[in-house]
Amino acid sequence: MSERINILKTYKIYIGGSFPRTESGRFYNPINSKKASLGNFCLSSRKDFRNAVVAARKAFGDWSDRTAYNRSQILYRMAEVLEGRRDQFIAELILQDSSKKEAEKEVNLSIDRLVYFAGWCDKYQQIFSSVNPVASSHFNFSALEPTGVVAIVANQESSLLGLVSYMAPIIAGGNTCVILASENKPFCAISFAEVLNASDLPGGVVNILTGKKPELLSQMASHMDVNALCYSDAIQEELIQIRELSIDNLKRVRSYKYDLSLTDVEHPYIINDYQEVKTTWHPIEVIGASKSAY
Amino acid sequence: MSKKKIETEKISWEYAAAPESASHIDIKEKYDHFIDGKFEKPSSGKYFDSINPATEQKIASIAEGNSKDVEKAVIAARNAYDNVWLVMPASERAKYLFRIARLIQEKAREFAVIESLDGGKPIRESRDIDIPLAAAHFFYYAGWADKLEYAFPNRKPTALGVVGQIIPWNFPLLMAAWKIAPALACGNTVVLKPAETTSLTALKLAELIQESGLPDGVVNIITGDGKVGAEIVGHKGIDKIAFTGSTEVGKIIQKTVARTEKKVTLELGGKAANIVFEDAPIDQAVEGIINGIYFNQGHVCCAGSRLFVQESIKEIFIKKLKDRMETLIIGNPLDKNTDIGAINSKSQLETIQGYIDLGKREGFELFQSSCKLPKEGYFIKPTLFSDVAQSSRLAKEEIFGPVLAVQTFRTVDEVIEKANNTPYGLSAGVWTDKGSKIFNLTSRLRAGVVWANTYNKFDPTSPFGGYKESGFGREGGIHGLSAYLKFD
Amino acid sequence: MKLKKSLIIPDFTKSPSIDQVGIIERATRFQTRSIKNESKIQALKMVLSMIDLTTLEGKDTIGKVNQMCYKAQHLHDEYAGLPTVAAVCVYPSMVGIAKAAVKGSGVKVASVSTAFPSGQAPLSTKLDDTKFALDQGADEIDMVISRGKYHQGEYNFVFDEIAEIKALCGAQARLKVILETGEIGTLDDVRRASDIAIYAGADFIKTSTGKIGSAASIPVTLTMLYAIKDYYHKTGNMIGMKPAGGISTSKLAIHYLVMVKEILGDAWLSNKWFRFGASSLANDVLLQLEKQRTGNYQSKDYISID
Repeated sequence: MSERINILKTYKIYIGGSFPRTESGRFYNPINSKKASLGNFCLSSRKDFRNAVVAARKAFGDWSDRTAYNRSQILYRMAEVLEGRRDQFIAELILQDSSKKEAEKEVNLSIDRLVYFAGWCDKYQQIFSSVNPVASSHFNFSALEPTGVVAIVANQESSLLGLVSYMAPIIAGGNTCVILASENKPFCAISFAEVLNASDLPGGVVNILTGKKPELLSQMASHMDVNALCYSDAIQEELIQIRELSIDNLKRVRSYKYDLSLTDVEHPYIINDYQEVKTTWHPIEVIGASKSAY
Repeated sequence: MSKKKIETEKISWEYAAAPESASHIDIKEKYDHFIDGKFEKPSSGKYFDSINPATEQKIASIAEGNSKDVEKAVIAARNAYDNVWLVMPASERAKYLFRIARLIQEKAREFAVIESLDGGKPIRESRDIDIPLAAAHFFYYAGWADKLEYAFPNRKPTALGVVGQIIPWNFPLLMAAWKIAPALACGNTVVLKPAETTSLTALKLAELIQESGLPDGVVNIITGDGKVGAEIVGHKGIDKIAFTGSTEVGKIIQKTVARTEKKVTLELGGKAANIVFEDAPIDQAVEGIINGIYFNQGHVCCAGSRLFVQESIKEIFIKKLKDRMETLIIGNPLDKNTDIGAINSKSQLETIQGYIDLGKREGFELFQSSCKLPKEGYFIKPTLFSDVAQSSRLAKEEIFGPVLAVQTFRTVDEVIEKANNTPYGLSAGVWTDKGSKIFNLTSRLRAGVVWANTYNKFDPTSPFGGYKESGFGREGGIHGLSAYLKFD
Repeated sequence: MKLKKSLIIPDFTKSPSIDQVGIIERATRFQTRSIKNESKIQALKMVLSMIDLTTLEGKDTIGKVNQMCYKAQHLHDEYAGLPTVAAVCVYPSMVGIAKAAVKGSGVKVASVSTAFPSGQAPLSTKLDDTKFALDQGADEIDMVISRGKYHQGEYNFVFDEIAEIKALCGAQARLKVILETGEIGTLDDVRRASDIAIYAGADFIKTSTGKIGSAASIPVTLTMLYAIKDYYHKTGNMIGMKPAGGISTSKLAIHYLVMVKEILGDAWLSNKWFRFGASSLANDVLLQLEKQRTGNYQSKDYISID
């Protein structure tokens, strides 16, 4: 009797809640340090990025209009689903060169981080909003609104945690995003897309591409319909390139140097980084003012 | 017995001239840079003229800065930061700011007159708005100096260092206050460059700062044109750039600092939609539209330059607008009855005129009030174009002058879409009597400031700043602090 | 002549809403107008000519009314070229006295009526009250509206009452309708009551009786001027305005004129279309005029009381 033949998985990208192949038809085959193949991954093109931004923009209205409570539950649901797939992610991380201990820690931290930011969804507004005591008869308040579509250049080293740590605060705040997964460790990113897809997250809120950072970085930074960009690698030249290309539409560029294995990244200020402050004025009728001594 | 009957007499009652006295103000013939607590001659030895735009007469000579002057100012600011300002208890820093606020109040009338002389804005506005608000900004941020940790729970805020600030000509002293007050409260020192056409009140502020006893070098003021601004932006010794001005220049600044770790806040242009529904308090809406576009000759980044009026009330609303425009008094900025003063400079006059000519060429219906303009000086009649197309440059570009582009709409969705259909996002206005409609609009308009049933209101406690290409960062209120702090 | 358009009575529940803060802001702007020199003198004389010199007291006597009527025609004879006031305003019982006292001077006699100041009487009484005043020769009738009915939402009742009084006045007397804005409530109500009065046939709308604490103010008057302006836009017909009570200084009176000029235009700047209901304003104006003439600040001892 012959041995059973394994079913090899085709890894596709995640755009607008579906899993298309790259329109370019290209793929690449990252390997780990033991020269083992991680599989065939889509080598996403500029057009894939463009399509992903369209999907993210389309999803933005609905996602930012959802109640904070609903967003909170969906982020928590992601944690639940990820928890259920712990073993799969640990195995994938090990294949991507982590030790078993490191892999377990990364998955645990990723789950915990989703829970952490799930809890912020309906609270950060209260931290950062204000009622402003203006010196006239107006009610004046400042509240936060999500910046819009955010491009995330996922951390290259930490393929699951790096993605989750920045995605979570960005979507917790009502933004939608397009993530470029770690070039050399794309495995977990695509598996994570399946987690997202199983978590009641509306299609298009998170879009994940795999491919070569040098090919896509300039697209991400220069796209006029991307409102902000999140960068967490430590390559100064890339950051400068991003800043320069972001100028045309005054994209908000945020860069971080957190050690993600620590909880330093866990704070609401990172949510605030992808929010715009809107201040609203309205007159307050003054009782008795019509009788004032004119 | 004298018995007169005057009820049939034809009445024509005109207001006599009521000029604010300029006799109590003190303007020197020549102004130098303010560096390290002293007035210093420009190293170029050169001066340029500051012109009164209402008379085209020279008011004073202003020092022309260059890289050497900027260098001196940055060194002074750095020394003051390291040796004095950083080590001073925050509560003491606060006292200096309170003192500056008080001194501005004391000299308010002098500042107001100079502001109107130098910039062309009506004395009523400089007296009632610019100067009191400038003092209020210092007073508000003074109190923050020793309370910063309460603004940022769980974080340790610290000053950035030396801040370079470049301000525009539309609200000269007020913009200086918007910039200097929070920077100093947060513990930074400052190199400020006022706009070239309106340096005078900043230099008067320098005199006032000297009088306040603020340690030397904490505030330095270098005058000159865009080249001086570029020197400040490019200077390695500066940790942060705060800029208010055009989107075009903002992008150049952003480009310059992209290769550095300088922090930047930009408060740039706008093309605000002011939206009037049929159920609005109509006559107050008319006032709001007028105030939205003709305040400060339209030289306002948040000017309500696009009027969207619901089609059902278009006719009466535009009629009322025109009636109101006819009552605006245009002329001598120093006359207490002047509503609209002089355009700030000849080049701005030409820019605005260019847009008016464009509107005429494109065939939009033009209305200008029938007032007479003074023979000298840079003046433009308040202007309205109706039935402007959304795709016209008149409806897309920031004119920065008293020119209103009127469009109509039918439904809420349509007007939100049109209002947001711009790369800018600084401000917006909504006029309706219905609360739920207000909140729908205020939450869906992509703009940093939304005025509902009011317009062009400012307050030191109220954050101001834009979405999209209108810039980033906020000025004013608790949100204005983070622009001048870093966090460990 | 402009053709009068046929009049459609609007739904008064839908009178335009008023933003009070916006009204106050606009009102404040009038008060920043600086009126100097010859335009001030012109304004002061205009104010005098627009005054309805008023006595409305339970203790009014023939003597008091006669004194006031003399003053109405001789404000300050030391100052040549002063106008008379526009009218004297009295209770119906004094109309005959006043009429005789101002005969031939051009000064009008206005009579309050309709159970002034409360208006709490049946329509028949109000009609009798008015008819008496008219029979005595009143040139103008200052009626009050039924504020109680207004607050009960019975706008038609209020409207009909005004229309009845208007019919009675006919061609003899111009009708001023007092809203008593201090009892009417918010500026939205002031606007609605103005609309009711105007459409029911008022020749003038008037703020107050002067009998309650809250009388005319610039914001209230501004709200009423907007109602007049809107009616003019719709029909081409002019309606007059009379703020009454609480206007006692020249400076404030001039700010009212500024407001009338900038909201309604020069056409309203005569006593045909604008009046001040006031008792002590005239003397303050006289003090100011003397100050302008002589350059010295004045003493009240040099101006006759009432």
